[in-house]
Amino acid sequence: MINRYRRGLFITAFLAAPVTLYLVYVISPYTQAFYIAMTDWRGVTATPNFIGLDNFVRLFADSIFWKAVTHNAALLLLLPLLTIVIALFFAFLLNVGGGGRGAAGVPGSRFYRVLFFFPQVLAVTVVAVLFQQVFRPDGSGMLNGPLMALGLRPVGFLSDPGIAFWSVLGVMVWQAVGFYVVLFSAGLASIPRDMFEAAQIDGAGRVSLFFRITLPLLWDTVQVAWVYLGILALDVFAIVWVMTDQHGGPDFSTTVMATEIYRNAFTYFRFGYASALGVVMFFFTVGFAVLSLRLSRRERIEY
Amino acid sequence: MPNPIDPPSVPHGGPSRLSRRELLRGAALMPVAGALAACATPASKAPAQSAAPVATSAANPFGVAADRPLEVWIFDGGFGDAYAKDIHQPLFKVKYPKVEVKHNSTKEITKVLQPRFAGGNPPDVIDNSGAGAMDMGALAQDGQLQDLGPLLDAPSWDDPNTKVRDTLDPAVIDFGTYDGTFHVLGYVNYIHGIWYSQKVFRDNGWQVPKTWDEFVKLCETIKKSGKMAPFTYAGKHPQYLYEPLMTMAAKIGGKEVLVNLDNLEDGAWTAEPMRQSAAAWAEIGAKYLMEGTAGLDHVQTQTAQNKYKVAMLPSGSWLENEQKTTTPADFEYGMFPIPDFTSSDKLPYGTLHSRPGETFLVPAKAANPQGGTEYLRAMLSKKAAGDFSELVRTVSVVKGAGEGRPLSPGAKSATAALAAAGDNTVYFRWRNWYAQLHDEAVAATGELMSGGLTPEKYLERLQKKADEIKGDSSIKKYRR
Repeated sequence: MINRYRRGLFITAFLAAPVTLYLVYVISPYTQAFYIAMTDWRGVTATPNFIGLDNFVRLFADSIFWKAVTHNAALLLLLPLLTIVIALFFAFLLNVGGGGRGAAGVPGSRFYRVLFFFPQVLAVTVVAVLFQQVFRPDGSGMLNGPLMALGLRPVGFLSDPGIAFWSVLGVMVWQAVGFYVVLFSAGLASIPRDMFEAAQIDGAGRVSLFFRITLPLLWDTVQVAWVYLGILALDVFAIVWVMTDQHGGPDFSTTVMATEIYRNAFTYFRFGYASALGVVMFFFTVGFAVLSLRLSRRERIEY
Repeated sequence: MPNPIDPPSVPHGGPSRLSRRELLRGAALMPVAGALAACATPASKAPAQSAAPVATSAANPFGVAADRPLEVWIFDGGFGDAYAKDIHQPLFKVKYPKVEVKHNSTKEITKVLQPRFAGGNPPDVIDNSGAGAMDMGALAQDGQLQDLGPLLDAPSWDDPNTKVRDTLDPAVIDFGTYDGTFHVLGYVNYIHGIWYSQKVFRDNGWQVPKTWDEFVKLCETIKKSGKMAPFTYAGKHPQYLYEPLMTMAAKIGGKEVLVNLDNLEDGAWTAEPMRQSAAAWAEIGAKYLMEGTAGLDHVQTQTAQNKYKVAMLPSGSWLENEQKTTTPADFEYGMFPIPDFTSSDKLPYGTLHSRPGETFLVPAKAANPQGGTEYLRAMLSKKAAGDFSELVRTVSVVKGAGEGRPLSPGAKSATAALAAAGDNTVYFRWRNWYAQLHDEAVAATGELMSGGLTPEKYLERLQKKADEIKGDSSIKKYRR
């Protein structure tokens, strides 16, 4: 009896600290954001006024908010799709797509693996500053320099509102692919080699190896990747804030929900409104996670 | 230089003030709700305890306590923060040797100081400037700013018979007034114009244009010469271009063009002078911009000018100091005002956009607002202001502070232009009053200059935003 009581005390004592920290630093700011979203708090006073759902009403009429939502939605669709397709392709080549017997990777696959993973090691802000220089619109830009040397007009990668979004998407994919190549490689390593060998003996080429064996057996990993990339697409902030002109420009062409939260809080000093944006974003993110886990649920293949 | 940033004493109370041991013990004992309530939500807190009042006198008009510390925060931007440490604070200490002056500086005013306002313990003097400055409107609206009216009526630091008010450029008072109360002290006269290299113009025989036709012709000549591009602006920050656009509209249609914009009058943006000005600048955008302008920032374009890749750019009187490390020794900065658009312009040649900047304020809830106000009075002495303008190569708002001091070519040119303009100076305030309108104007001006918007669509878009702001009850409106 005493033993059980003491064990309970022991566990409670150990759990109390982390649970409390979690409540104080994670749950409580969330809860407070819900409250602040219903006030007109401007960040500098101690006594905000309660204004009910006014901020939400204003939010849904705000054209820039809708622009931001559209960009997040486009990222949500394109970022996972492009990243997963490219990462799967590379992982396949690095591990089993080398041709020949024994389903090995292409020559030099160890080197490529390091190369692909490299962008993942860089901090997001470093990547953003780096690509600002790559995309520079004059002769000093890494891409525009050669174009101009050939006598072509420079491309406004970040300064043309029609192109800037695609430049940001490209950088995000570039940075994410390496990690998923490694993740998918790990998944592939757990698939027994003899499956590939057997298929090869039966005459399967690279394409059928990929679609009939690799993809079905990797489905669980792909699903995880999809959810992670989806969340990345919803919370994207630093890369847009640092890399683009006017923090989400030019002309709001790359703005996303997170940058609008920041702008409203720290430029317009509308903390209440910014919190309302945060609350909306919270529901989008939770909704996405639940939905994607539901939709991609399927039977696990045993091997 | 590295500036040790004082850790702001924790504003909201809450766990970070506890030691880890106390926190863990507290976590076990305290009801969770209590811990939660202590965190991010704004909580009212008693204002800093004010010590016994000190009697005021002619020498000490605000009643500064001889030994109460003074906390100063300086924006570390184009002017650095050396002027505060080497000029202002020593001067203040001469009169108040026992006051401990705590000097701090930061590039991000809002990030450091906004939580302290929310927590009710702001510092005593703030240079609220730079891209990360706090919204003065929000501070004024919440009663966070000390009424600086008494400063204007106090005797000046130098002469007991002159009021501070009479030593200042009157625009400072207009500009620092929110809803009838003077709250914010602009310390520098930002003088805007088109900047060029006097050497380049001399060497090539180019003349400073006095009319718009001459300006366009000069652009054409420079373009044809193949030596450099005629014109650029900080394409990433199109406010550098909407500034001359506004000034020219005011020149065409008079000061009320800008007053109407500030007051959010119906149709203010789509008025005829605005249309003419927007169309004229859009033409420059289409024909005479340096390649790649849209994607370059102010430093990149200014450096291109220092490298003789472009002839002219619009900027303000801080430019020379900002570029001092990259400017060739014989570059010789010069500034000219916006040329006459037609001979029937409402305002004469030489009209300038001049605006007090580098804004200082004293928080109403500071521990030592008397000391803060007195610090500003010291800053406005002729010696402090003169030393300041010499050190950072700019024009101070204190009348005659630059007299008899050696000025760099750019500062000399700007000072002369301001003197020539006399009363013909214009300014606009919507930029500071309505941050959303500023962001929209930035976005749209970039599009106007790159041909993405016609002048008509450009102005319609800004009119729409102005109307939206006018109709939004959550945004405080100002008038002038």
